[in-house]
Order: sequence, then structure tokens, then C-alpha cells
Amino acid sequence: MISYKCVRPILAAALLTSGLASTGAVAQEQSVLRVVPYADLRNLDPVWTTAIITRHHAYMIYDTLFGLNEQLEPQPQMVADYEVSEDGLTYTFNLREGLTFHDGAPVTTADVIASIKRWEARDNAGGALAEVTESLTAVDDDTFELTLNTPYGLVLESFSALTGPFIMPESVASTDPFEQVQSHIGSGPFVFNEEEWVPGNKVVYDKFEDYVPREEAPSGAAGGKIAKVDRVEWLYLPDPGTAMSALLNNEVDYWEAPPVDLVPVMEADPNVSVDVQDPFGLIVLLRPNHLYPPFDKKEVRQALAYMVDQSEYMTAMVGDPKYWQTCPSVMMCGTPTETSAGGAERMVTSDMAKAQELIDQAYDGETVVVMHPTDHPSGPAALITAAKLRELGVKVELQAMDWATLTSRRASKNPPNEGGWSIFHTRTGLGAASPIEHSGVAAGETAWFGWPENEKIEELRIAWGREADAEKRKAIMDELSAEIMDYGSFVMLGQYQMPSAWRANVSGVVKGPILGFWNIEKQ
Amino acid sequence: MLAYAVRRLIATIPVLFIVAVLIFMLLHLGPNDPAAVIAGDFAQPEHIERIRQQLGLDQPLYAQFFDWIWRVLQGDLGASIYNQQPVLNLVLQRAEPTIALTLSTISFAVIVGIPMGVLAAWKAGSIVDRVVMVLAVTGFSLPVFVLGYILVYVFALNLQLLPVQGYVSYKDGLVPFFRSLVLPTLSLGMIYVALIARMTRASVIEVLNQDYIRTARAKGLSTPPILLIHALKNAAIPIVTTIGLGIALLISGVVVTETVFAIPGVGRLTVDAIVRKDYPVIQGVLLIFTVVYVLLNLLVDLSYSLFDPRIRYQG
Amino acid sequence: MAISTVSTTRTPSRFRLLLGEGGTFTRRNPTLVAGGVIISFLALLAIFAPLVTRYDPIALDVVNRLKAPSSEHLFGTDMMGRDLFSRVIYGSRVSLMVGLSVAAIATAIGLVIGLAAGLVRWVDVVVMRVMDGLMAIPSVLLAIAFMALAGSSIRNIIIAITIPEIPRVARLVRGIVMSVREQPFVEAAIAAGTKDIPLLRRHILPSTINPLIVQATYISASAIISEAYLSFLGAGTPPEIPSWGNIVAEGRALFTIAPGAVLFPSIFLALTVLAVNMLGDGLRDRLDPQMQRSLR
Repeated sequence: MISYKCVRPILAAALLTSGLASTGAVAQEQSVLRVVPYADLRNLDPVWTTAIITRHHAYMIYDTLFGLNEQLEPQPQMVADYEVSEDGLTYTFNLREGLTFHDGAPVTTADVIASIKRWEARDNAGGALAEVTESLTAVDDDTFELTLNTPYGLVLESFSALTGPFIMPESVASTDPFEQVQSHIGSGPFVFNEEEWVPGNKVVYDKFEDYVPREEAPSGAAGGKIAKVDRVEWLYLPDPGTAMSALLNNEVDYWEAPPVDLVPVMEADPNVSVDVQDPFGLIVLLRPNHLYPPFDKKEVRQALAYMVDQSEYMTAMVGDPKYWQTCPSVMMCGTPTETSAGGAERMVTSDMAKAQELIDQAYDGETVVVMHPTDHPSGPAALITAAKLRELGVKVELQAMDWATLTSRRASKNPPNEGGWSIFHTRTGLGAASPIEHSGVAAGETAWFGWPENEKIEELRIAWGREADAEKRKAIMDELSAEIMDYGSFVMLGQYQMPSAWRANVSGVVKGPILGFWNIEKQ
Repeated sequence: MLAYAVRRLIATIPVLFIVAVLIFMLLHLGPNDPAAVIAGDFAQPEHIERIRQQLGLDQPLYAQFFDWIWRVLQGDLGASIYNQQPVLNLVLQRAEPTIALTLSTISFAVIVGIPMGVLAAWKAGSIVDRVVMVLAVTGFSLPVFVLGYILVYVFALNLQLLPVQGYVSYKDGLVPFFRSLVLPTLSLGMIYVALIARMTRASVIEVLNQDYIRTARAKGLSTPPILLIHALKNAAIPIVTTIGLGIALLISGVVVTETVFAIPGVGRLTVDAIVRKDYPVIQGVLLIFTVVYVLLNLLVDLSYSLFDPRIRYQG
Repeated sequence: MAISTVSTTRTPSRFRLLLGEGGTFTRRNPTLVAGGVIISFLALLAIFAPLVTRYDPIALDVVNRLKAPSSEHLFGTDMMGRDLFSRVIYGSRVSLMVGLSVAAIATAIGLVIGLAAGLVRWVDVVVMRVMDGLMAIPSVLLAIAFMALAGSSIRNIIIAITIPEIPRVARLVRGIVMSVREQPFVEAAIAAGTKDIPLLRRHILPSTINPLIVQATYISASAIISEAYLSFLGAGTPPEIPSWGNIVAEGRALFTIAPGAVLFPSIFLALTVLAVNMLGDGLRDRLDPQMQRSLR
């Protein structure tokens, strides 16, 4: 039997290799934490792009002036101490001693100022700070001064914004903010290993031996960032089934964002722990295009808030109710800005009769183009919105596309039937706790895709940012919420947490709104 | 022979130029704006416009085309608009897993497929032939991902014999290297085994039916194995042709296999680049794949003379 | 051609080996019948899908998501609570339509190009170069790139899969034209002053029919696989249309806890491709034993 003879050695070889081999790669002396992040790291410059994966990267290799702790309070990080003048207009900051970049150069105020300026040119919070800044100057190498032209309540909040500023060497930070930086030197707890970077697959970080951590315990993005592993490897595995198998087979140690549906399988394995790393999680938004019918009419936009049933969206997107909540607020729930003023609770449950009434009043039979991103967690939301609108007798064209296409398409101000759009959905993180950073709120010149135009919202938003008193700020927020609900800028579809999973021999995962790999140990 | 090879090589140049034009035109049909994709989820519209200018995407098409061609001729395939790595580096970085997977698949297919085909030809019409042919047509009809998921389910998840995903370089140990290749090779190789088995069977049967073999048999040279070896030698050319033609099939399969098994190869690079509209990478990779494919086919053509001394090439 | 020599007698294998392969290939081929029966059955399911299924294949029912197979939902439900049995049955519409359309269009266009190339010198030089160029680009990559950039729709996927198939048909037809022209009776006809059109009608077209039928069958099998690959990779049929590749692509994330969404469409897909390939083999054996080597 010829074929048998030839097949046998292959079978034998297969059995041999499977029997003999050890469980993984060759044993290594250094400790390596193998991580599956939620996405592929495409860009390395956190100023140039707002992608959350790039922010993760930035917290690995850069340090920040302030960091938000687990309770979302700004804590000094690179800053040792600071003073505020009595009129509240001058801030003086002193850097900690001994801070160095990965190339050995000391961190000076020149580096800090250049980094702040580059960040201000692109970031929402940074731009707001720049507007109230009179001057930003170095006193000496370790001290710098920020002078404001008007009192501003959010200076420390800005410097601890999740989106930066990340401190880069002056030579790097002087790159045009609209070009990517070419060098990836920071002063953070890990060093980016550029040689071993395989875009689309693997990112490697080595421990920065000369990092000077703070003495406080780690909390969120604040406190001592002590690297307890020698090396962190991010392996991008887009297929959740593959990622889970890899975790169960001990081929990776940490999986940032497993689908909730897979959690029970992993919980059943004693070698795997599942927990929520970011307790605030993400909110999901429905955004109509205010420029074109039918969503140029307030009534039709208002109908959306009556139409939606947050539980339905959350069940489809997340599944297990343990990991999601309904959120009767235009701002993220569980944060100081949460408020249901203006009837925000109507977004929680569906009132189709009321929605129908509003539709009948103002809808003229225009076709609504709903963009459906098939490779993004908000995909199921598009399907539900389309089904609900059809139930109301609205003509819907559901257009499937990948997330990349959606992000190009939504920038188009063309009419929906000429390459534009009517509705998209997205999710966003903690920035949604501040009307300055929350992209959906702005309703003036800097309005986000969907282009609402509402002077009152703009005024309230800016007033909120400038108000230092917490009580008054709350009152402004309530007024803002009522205006947003009436105007129908966007609809909140719920809030959810992403569980993360890691091998039981991994400990010391720091909770908070950012994912950092300091303090994590591997036995 | 050498002159023939050179002439064939030169003949590929117009083909490659046409390919370059086709690829470029294809990519610029789309309504997509890489600048918006790059700028990220919460970017402001005016930021996107600035990025578009930075990338030269606001230039007229023909300018972009000649710019690209000119740089390609100088060996510069451009850089990814996302991570700014040179396309050539990206491909080289990922070439090893793809080459390893391709070679192991071809070896597997040849080692299994040819004996299967010969066996079927030898026993033509018998139940063995039937079984082999049914297996072959089944193998040919099993899409790569179907087989891949079934194999992962059985061997990696339930029996835990083999790794679920990924690729281990031969530099990190031969045993893990081969282990990481077993399931992808089986999933990808089945179609190829089927193809080679069918072609071998058909070619051997044809040779067996030729006059000189019948004469040989009549002369008493009837021991089947010897006869088969003789037949196989004469059937080599169609088989080699099949292997060559199968490379196209293999490239398609590699893309899917690398996706199923999370292998960081050129196939996944391509799919990722296409999904995120990374123009320079898509152009570069398609061009490289095409050049490799054209050269491999040339090699297959030239190898005919090895298998059949009767073929002589005219300069 | 071979049709006239079909014989139903079964001959002992050793005897046939000595006599030659004619017996094997002209004997009535059971694969043809089996393939035909399976395809007809699938086609009936596809056509009468609304009668066969109880649920709308795109109706969402998130409360009942990820249900295991039961009498209520024969194949269970997917992550949006949609009935998988309905989706798989409706999915056969997409596969069969793509298979048929691609085969028909690629054959028609390929035939025209191949005839032109075989008869007109400059077409041969120019168009066949472009065909060579197209053939040199790996077909699935070409199709994914086209889909990703042109946007997903059934029309685009048919175009994307058809383009790389055209050169294959064109080459086949061109080869046939060339060989027919060299045959003595055709040479005689040309010498006698027969014009191109009657030449085509009388001699060339008839000899292309059988190989084209066989080739078209194989093209539809490969088109069905290509559609599934493209959809699986996320660059295929619009996701709101249930196609087998789409169902697998959506289901693979949860393969470990709900394998049905991967396995059921996969079984249908494999079976369909198998049946079409069997049909092709059967047709080839009956219609055109000589061309076996030129295929695939």
C-alpha cells in the first residue's frame, strides 16, 4: 500500500512532536508578560491619533505630569509639588528629581513645555487650556509656570487627561502636531523595543531600569509605576476564539477585552481569573446627522430618545447583565457629571407610542442611512436601530462597512444618499465624563461629526469648564443636560464594563481607566 | 537554456507593468479616505484635512501613480501610512511564517498526494480508486476555514495536543516550530493534496495507456511498482504544472489560514492593510505577491527540462 | 463527441486497464447524478426558503440569543437571536446565485475575449497581455482588494470574483480556437474562402460548448468558495444578508461556546461545493474526456 507507507511517517512525526514538546517556547530567564490587547497598535504617536490602543502604548513608555487615580482625582506624577497663586491665575510646578528619558538624558522643563504645546494643538482638553493660557514658561530646568488669563477650574484635570500630555524630549515634541513623531523615547516605566515590533502582530516593551517611581502605591494612572516583569509583549489576536484558546492553553497571560459571552468558559478554568480592570467602562452613543433630513428636525431627533431601549442594545452588544447598566444621563454614569436633568431617563426604556407621535409630526419619508460597522463592538447597535426605525415606518438603508470606512464616511458632510450618512453609533470611555472632552456635546465650530449647532449648549459647555465651584458646576451641568435632551444631540445607549482575563499566576493588575502593566507580577 | 530563461524573464516585464497599472487603478476606485481613518475616532474634521495634505492624498491621481512607479523602480515600495515602516521591511519581517507554511504545505501535499494518485491509477476502477477519488473531491471541496476550525476544536481544544494559534520560529526550537505548523498545514494542504492526487492519477493512467507501456507490459515487464515508477516519471510534467498552478490557490488559502490560526505572515499583513486602506502596503504587497507568483511559474516552466530531457529550449 | 459512445456496461477493472481508460470515462458516471441531485435539492430549498423556514432570517430577538439547537430553533440562534436554520437556508440563495452568475458572466465574457484573441491578431497581442497581467495577481487578494475599496454588495462581489476567472476562460477558448483552426477540415474551409462568421458558427463555437460547460461548473464551485472566503475575511457579501461565509465570520468569535454558527453553514458550504465539483467531474467525463488535463 503505497499511500499508507508515505502517510505513516507524517503521522509518526506529528505524534512525536506532540508528545515530546514542552508547553510553549523555550524557557527564558527573564520574566515576560504576554498580553492580548483589544486592538492592534497602528500608530505610536498619542498626540497624532486619539486611538485608545495608542493611549495604552503612551502610558507604557511616557510619563505624565499628573495622573488620575482610581477615584478620578488628579495626583502629581512627574510633578513633585505645585503652588497656585491666590488669584488662581498662576500655577508653579516643580518636577521630581532624577527623572530621565530612556536615552539617559534628564527630563527638563523645556521638554515638558514643548510636549504640552504639541498636545494643546490637537487635544480637546488641551485646546481648552490653551485658550485660557496667558503664558507657559520655564523658571529653571525643574520649575515651570503657567499663567492664565482667566480663572480655570480644570488645570490639573487637563494635565491628567487620559489623552495626555505625555512628556517627550523637546527634540521630539517639536515635531509638527500633524505629523507623527519619528522617535519613541519617553521617561515611562517601559522602553519601546522598536527592533522587535511587528506591526499588526507584536509589540515589545522592555523594563526601563532607570525609571524613578513615586513612593505611593499605584492607583489608576497615579502612584508608583514599578515594572515587575522584564518584558511585556503585546500579541494582537483579532479572533476572540483564538485568543481565548491561547489564554486557556497558557500561550498568553493577559487578555484585555474578551467578549462577555466567553467569560463563563474562562471562569470555569481554575487557572484563569476574570475581572473588570476599568470599573467605569464605556458608554455607547447613537449620533444623528443634524445637517440633513430627517434629523435636521428636532422632533425626529427627539423621537430617537423615546425609541431606544438601552437593555436591548446592551444585551445585543454585551450579553450578561452583570457587565452592563442602563444609564439615564447624557454624561457617563458613576461620574460627577451624571445627571438625568431634562428627562434623560426616557432613553432607558422604549416608548414607541411617543416616538411614533413625534415621527408622524415631522418625518417626511426621507431615507435614513444607518452605517453598520461589522468589525466594531457597536455593530449590533446599528442593526437594532435600523429595526426600530423600520418599526416606526421610517425608510432605512442599512449600509455595512468596516470601522475604518465608517470613520472616513462619517467625516463627509454630503447628503446621506451622496456618500454621507444619517446615523452612526460608537462607544467612548471616561472622556465622556467631561462636557469639554465629550465629543458628542460640542455644538459650535468644533462640533464633532453630526454637526449640531446650538449656541446655548456651547455657552454652557464653556461656562462649565471655567467654573471652579463644584456646586455651581453641577447646576450648569443640569442645564446643559436639559438642553442636550431637548435638542437631541445624541442618544445614550447604555454603559458597560469590559472584563479582562488573565492567568492565575499573574497578580497586581492595577484598576482604573487606563491599562498599565506596571505592578503586575508573574509567578 | 540560459538564453531561453533570460528571454522568458524579460517577457514578464510587460506583464508586471500591466499588473502595476491594474493594482493602482483598483486602489483608487474606492471612496475611502485613509486620512480620516488615521486621525482616529474622535478627530476634528479640519485635522483630517491637514493629514490628507501631509500624505499627498490631495495630489492628482496620475501624479500619485508616477510618483509611486518611479520609487518602486528604485526599490522603494513606500511606507505604511499608519506605522511608517517601509513596506519591504514589513513584508520581510513576515516572510518567514508564510514561506514556512507554504513549504510545509507543498511538501505535505506532494508526499501524500502523489502516492494517493498513483495508487488510484494503479487500481483504477476498483473500490480503492473510488475511495481515493471521493477523498480527493471531498478534500477539494472543504473550504480552508471549515477544516481549520474543526481541527482546532479537536486537536487543540479537546485533546490539547497542539497549539491553537500562532507561529514559532525555527530559531526558537525545531519541535515547537513543527508543532505550530501541523494544524495550519493540514487545513491548507488538503485542497492541494486533492489537486495533486487527481492530477497524478489522471497523468499516470494516461501514460499507462500509451503504446510503449503496453508494449513493455506485453514484453513481460509487468511488475506493477516498476511500471508505476516509469509511468510516474513520464507523468512528471503535468504534475509539476499542477504544483505550479496550485501556487495561486495556495496564496488564497494562505490568507485564510493565517487568519484562522493568527499566524503573523504576509497574508494577514495583506488583509489588515486592505481593511485599513493602507494604500502603500496594499500596492506593495500585491506587487510582491505577483512578482513571486510570476517567477515561481517561470521556475516551474524551466524545470520541465529536468523532468523530461526530450524538451529542449530554443534560444 | 463522447456522448455518442456512452456505455452503461460495467467492466472488470483489470480488463479495462488493459483495454485503456475509455471504459472508465465513458461509463455512466454516478458522480454526475449524485452531484445533480444534491444541487437540485439545495436549489429547491433556496427557492422555497420562505416555505421551509419559520423565522425571518434577519429578525432580531436579543432575548433569545445564543440558544442551542431545539425543536423551536433547529440549528439554534446566533448572537443577535436570529434563527440559524433560516439564515443557513437563505444563505444557500446567495451561494447559488453567486455561483451561477459568476459562471455565466465569466464564461460569456471569456468566450468573447477568447474568440477575438483566437481570430484577430492585434486583440491577441493586446488583450491577452492584460489577461496575463490579471492572471498574475492572486485571485482572492485581487477580489478582497476590490471589495474593500468598492464597497460590499452582491453586485460587487460577483464582479470581484468574476474578474479573475475571465482570463482562465479566455485562455481556454483561445486554445480551442487555435487548435480548431489547425484541423484539416477547417483549414480547407478557410482555403475555400469561408468568412469568419460562418467559420465561427459552424466549426469553432460548437467545439467550445462542451469544454465551456465543464469549465463553467468548476468556476461556479470556486466562486462559491471565493464568496465564502471573502465574507469570512469580512470583505464579501453585505453582512445583513445571511450568506454562509458571513454566518461563519459572525459565529467564529463564539465558536467554543456556540459551534453551531460555524458548523452548520460550513457543512452546507462543503456539501454544495462537493456537489458542484461532482457535477463538474461527471460532466467532464461524459462530455469531454480529452480536456481533463487542461483543467485546473
